[in-house]
Amino acid sequence: MQNVKSFEKIKNTDSRLWQLLVMTSLLMIGVWLRDFSLKPEQIALTFSAGLLTQAVFLHYFQLQQRGFLSSFITCFGLCLLLRCSNLWVHPCVAILAISSKFLIRFQHSHLFNPANLGVILGLTLFPQTWVTSGQWGADLSTALWFIAAGFFVANNARRIDISAYFLCCYAALFLSIRVFWYGYSLDVFLHQFENGALLLFTFFMITDPLTIPRHRTGRAIHAALVAIFAYLWQYVFYGNQGIIWGLFFASFFVPLWNYLFPAPLYQWRTLSVGALND
Amino acid sequence: MIKKLCLLFLALATPNLSQAFCGFYVAKADASLYNQASQVAMVRKDGKTVLSLMNDYQGELKDFALVIPVPQILQKKQIHIGDAAIFKHLDDFSAPRLVEYHDDNPCQMAEMAAAPAADAAAPLMMRAGMMKSEAKKLGVKVEAEYTIGEYDIVILSAKESNGLEKWLHLSGYKIPKGAHKALKPYIKQGLKFFVAKVNLKEQIKTGSKMLRPLQFAFESPKFMLPIRLGMINAKGAQDLMLYVLTEKGRVESNNYQTLKLPSNIDIPVYIKDEFPAFYKAMFDKQVKEQNMHAVFTEYFWNMGWCDPCAAEPLNPDELKQLGVFWLDENSYAASRRGGGGVPVQITRLHVRYDNQSFPEDLVFQETGDTENFQGRYVLHHAWDGNPEMCPAAKEYFKQLAVRHEQEAKNLAELTGWNEDDIAQKMNPEKAQYIESGGKKPAKNQWWRGIWK
Repeated sequence: MQNVKSFEKIKNTDSRLWQLLVMTSLLMIGVWLRDFSLKPEQIALTFSAGLLTQAVFLHYFQLQQRGFLSSFITCFGLCLLLRCSNLWVHPCVAILAISSKFLIRFQHSHLFNPANLGVILGLTLFPQTWVTSGQWGADLSTALWFIAAGFFVANNARRIDISAYFLCCYAALFLSIRVFWYGYSLDVFLHQFENGALLLFTFFMITDPLTIPRHRTGRAIHAALVAIFAYLWQYVFYGNQGIIWGLFFASFFVPLWNYLFPAPLYQWRTLSVGALND
Repeated sequence: MIKKLCLLFLALATPNLSQAFCGFYVAKADASLYNQASQVAMVRKDGKTVLSLMNDYQGELKDFALVIPVPQILQKKQIHIGDAAIFKHLDDFSAPRLVEYHDDNPCQMAEMAAAPAADAAAPLMMRAGMMKSEAKKLGVKVEAEYTIGEYDIVILSAKESNGLEKWLHLSGYKIPKGAHKALKPYIKQGLKFFVAKVNLKEQIKTGSKMLRPLQFAFESPKFMLPIRLGMINAKGAQDLMLYVLTEKGRVESNNYQTLKLPSNIDIPVYIKDEFPAFYKAMFDKQVKEQNMHAVFTEYFWNMGWCDPCAAEPLNPDELKQLGVFWLDENSYAASRRGGGGVPVQITRLHVRYDNQSFPEDLVFQETGDTENFQGRYVLHHAWDGNPEMCPAAKEYFKQLAVRHEQEAKNLAELTGWNEDDIAQKMNPEKAQYIESGGKKPAKNQWWRGIWK
């Protein structure tokens, strides 16, 4: 009986708390063990600027009850992804990313995944910024840890379906074009899909419930679109960070899928939902 | 304790490692072929690439041949024969280095003198090849044929991999089994094949047995280096030293983890005489720790300066020779006069790979990172004075013992070498003394070292 209660408690915890736990561990592992070229000052500035921006907007829109969980996640996302030679880009990007949640809105929700938009803005607007897609390497044991943690968090948020849709679509594209048509070996496929950055994206970025379609069908289409854009960006136009760009491009279509396949707005478990959802 | 840099001491350029190549060799008959020390210089800006290939081919020159996928049919003017001396200079400039410091007299804080600089680099060679056409029905087309320097070069296009493999067979070349599998993805993506072999008559004219570097310039949005073909006939792991010259920032791999090698670490002074062995052991250990899945950065610096310098930076003429097409001599001179960097950055990457560990070609990106990095290992020579000279000297020797211990630990950690062996080499008498509990060690201890 006690076990059932504990299980229910875990199940009903705001999944953002679990996500924060995982992201904190990842950041610590990355900085200490994985040779991340990320300075402590950059982390401090990202969080200061991001959380301050959130506070200002909450105050301005009289939404103090909304809290800071999501902005913590955005700041973690920016620290995990964005690399820069100077100190001022991270806080600028954090301000822009958090502001976008309050300023670029459709259908009672923000349009862009803030961390995703932040990285895109960082790469396009600021010099000396980059994303290291190979920073987690591609080995099976790391991949399994990421999958396990990602499954737990995304499942808790009831958005594991989009992870599965995305992985299946991306794998189908990769297998059919690169393995079956071009003749690359299956090892190439495994190497690509054991990449830690791809798995983190799959379980922690594309699953953000507020910036993906609310209906399951919409999510399936959205995931397919992300996969197609990512593939095109990476393998047809030979760009870097295909998945990040794929999600950014696909975000523009989310209001359309929400319009075609209506469903109620996502609600975080522990927070009430107002007109302006966090 | 106070230390002062006395003089830079460079002990190593390219370590004597077995190295690989991005293309693969095809050989006639049973000629034995070796993929040993190969180096690649890659110059890139705005999709324009100049690739220089060099290795120490050791077989018969008549058996030498090189096949490498290229994105387009290369014109004769896009191909060039480079200068091996520039590769040596690149290697020397970017090589991991030992730095030597001498401790000051703790009583007077006086400065001490220095030691002379030296350098070493493995002289390197290269190879290439070519062949004639005959088989339209195999779907192979000879798009162009040139003789450039000591090389006969053919640019081929192929419709399917079996045809190309058969064509190479028919032309008298021994193709490694499974070559068509490796060739297929390149053919399907419309790549051409640059095939080079040695023209013996021209080779004699050069007056040297060594093959000079082959260079070619092309334009492609893909920032990558084909390494998969080189694995077909390679035995075991191979090493590749890659020098990437870009305008703005450090280059890293997009599809493999790129790690900086441990650097700026204090190690025992005796390593001065064993630096190549030390570096090789350290690199082996790093590769092992990463299960041979990582690309290692050994150096990243602006081409205009260095600190400390293992060799002088390459001059504008050498950079031009390597293909740095955006460099204009006036701006180069102006930026040097201003004491700042020049618009050329060098990233030195060292990769050890085999067929399983690197299943796909290396893909790169130029990052915005401009923070310098060098493989730098530090020796501290102890002050050669008397502990009774002053109280500070006593304290100095106390700290010295702790420092030596740390240096030994660092070395053991970096190389995986046995700590007792290190202690022995650092101070043979002291090591035995400590081990024997302060007694004079007995002679003929033949059993030492059996169960380490």
